[in-house]
Amino acid sequence: MGNNLDALTTIFTEFYYWVTVVFMFLIHVGFCVYEVAASRRRNHVHTLMKNIMVIPLVTVTFFFFGWWIYFAFPNGPFIYNGLGIDFEAAKGARPWDPAMGTNLQDHINGVFWAAFLLFSWTAASIVSGSVMERIQSGAFWILAVVIGSFAWIVDAAWGWHWDGWMVKILGYHDAYASGVIHAIAGGFALGVLIVLGPRLGKFRADGTPRDIPPHNPWLVTLGLFLIYTGFWGFYAACNVPIIAPEVIDGEIVGVTWTATNIYLAPTTLSAITFNFLMSLSGGLMAAFIVSKGDPFWTFSGGLAGIITASAGNDLYHPIQAMFIAAFGAWAAYKLHYWVERKFKIDDAVGAVAVHGYAGVIGLLICGFMLWGQPSSPYAGYATINPLGMFIGAIIMFGVLGFLPGYIVAKILNAFGILRIPAKVELEGLDFASDQAYRAAIDDVVAAEQALVK
Amino acid sequence: MSTNGMESWAVDLAEVGAVYPFPGTEFILFLAGLAFWIIWHVMQLRGEKTEVGEEMDADQSGDKAREAIGRY
Repeated sequence: MGNNLDALTTIFTEFYYWVTVVFMFLIHVGFCVYEVAASRRRNHVHTLMKNIMVIPLVTVTFFFFGWWIYFAFPNGPFIYNGLGIDFEAAKGARPWDPAMGTNLQDHINGVFWAAFLLFSWTAASIVSGSVMERIQSGAFWILAVVIGSFAWIVDAAWGWHWDGWMVKILGYHDAYASGVIHAIAGGFALGVLIVLGPRLGKFRADGTPRDIPPHNPWLVTLGLFLIYTGFWGFYAACNVPIIAPEVIDGEIVGVTWTATNIYLAPTTLSAITFNFLMSLSGGLMAAFIVSKGDPFWTFSGGLAGIITASAGNDLYHPIQAMFIAAFGAWAAYKLHYWVERKFKIDDAVGAVAVHGYAGVIGLLICGFMLWGQPSSPYAGYATINPLGMFIGAIIMFGVLGFLPGYIVAKILNAFGILRIPAKVELEGLDFASDQAYRAAIDDVVAAEQALVK
Repeated sequence: MSTNGMESWAVDLAEVGAVYPFPGTEFILFLAGLAFWIIWHVMQLRGEKTEVGEEMDADQSGDKAREAIGRY
């Protein structure tokens, strides 16, 4: 820190990211509440534990190698600069580097790492709901590490980094992660679901789907409310809160400090506050109508709306964000049921639609809405364009989402560890622990009753 | 050509204002938004009318209604 202004900026930025991390924790709380509420009583404990163990497993692996990937792979590798693994830029993200610990020369690394890490949990948690009530926990936790500490952070290095090759060459723009979190997680979930298959009883003999209602619809909506709240933190975490033009290598002229998106292009917290609320509202309104007031889909539609508008929510007008969100929520609902009927996909919480399809639609719309705008403050980068965003959507949903999910699920299935046996699925994942719980209660009740004189 | 007129960020930010796409269309956007809101109410009221109609037709004997009241 060179002077007091530098010191203040650094401490402010450190605190800013720290606050976003605390807010984002609510996303995971929301996912846990929502998923347990959507599951049936005989699966509660396993459903909860499946999701909660994402936290330590993705955290340690993100410390070991995920954070390093972000700085090492903006070039692909092999895309624009030979082998181009940037060992120098990634030096401070090696788990044995002094910057990865208490270090008075560095006030940003830990909070910045944590902000990205919370995105990692979210990516894994999105998949968790889709596959509940029939996946083996051990298999899910391997899949969670694959998406949380590998696939998503590769996509972040490519398309969510000021120096990423997708930004440079394709003009990819995805300010609040329609693609880099949501499309990839939805695609990954779809790949796993195809291999995993539907829950027993989901489809009738003639192939038509049955509804499997959540055991507690109100808790589902509370979970989604918590996710909304955490999403605020997520939006703030996607910004650089304050930066001087000279820090962006003098590309922006003048002396006006600004907030920027992840690509170091100017935006404001005010803009994303307008757009977050207007896209939430557009999504809720459209989803209420299309689902005929179904609470699960109305709340999910609010989320789908934000996700659809997120790619360009740093720059959209609020009313544009509202319309884009309304379309995304409507499309996600329609696509969910069409895919379910047509391909017999049992997505227990609609995550492929709410995150995957809405994310892809958001990227495609962004390509048109922001056509010709600079993707970066740096010279020589492609401008934002529909073709680049279309290719970006394929990379996010298909190449880095669907394919890894499908391939790893196939491998796990070949080892016989992907799906629980039908007997266990029918009696419930918590059957043994429920029996032990009841036996313990009977035992202690009988013992205490015997003591009554 | 870009949808907000910005070709590059190599500018003095002190001289830049609104940067959303299609500046100049704000009033049209407002009118479209207003129409969306009003149409939403129309569609919602129609949907609710159908829903209430279906509920009026259901349970003519009143048995299930008494059961629902009993459950509180």
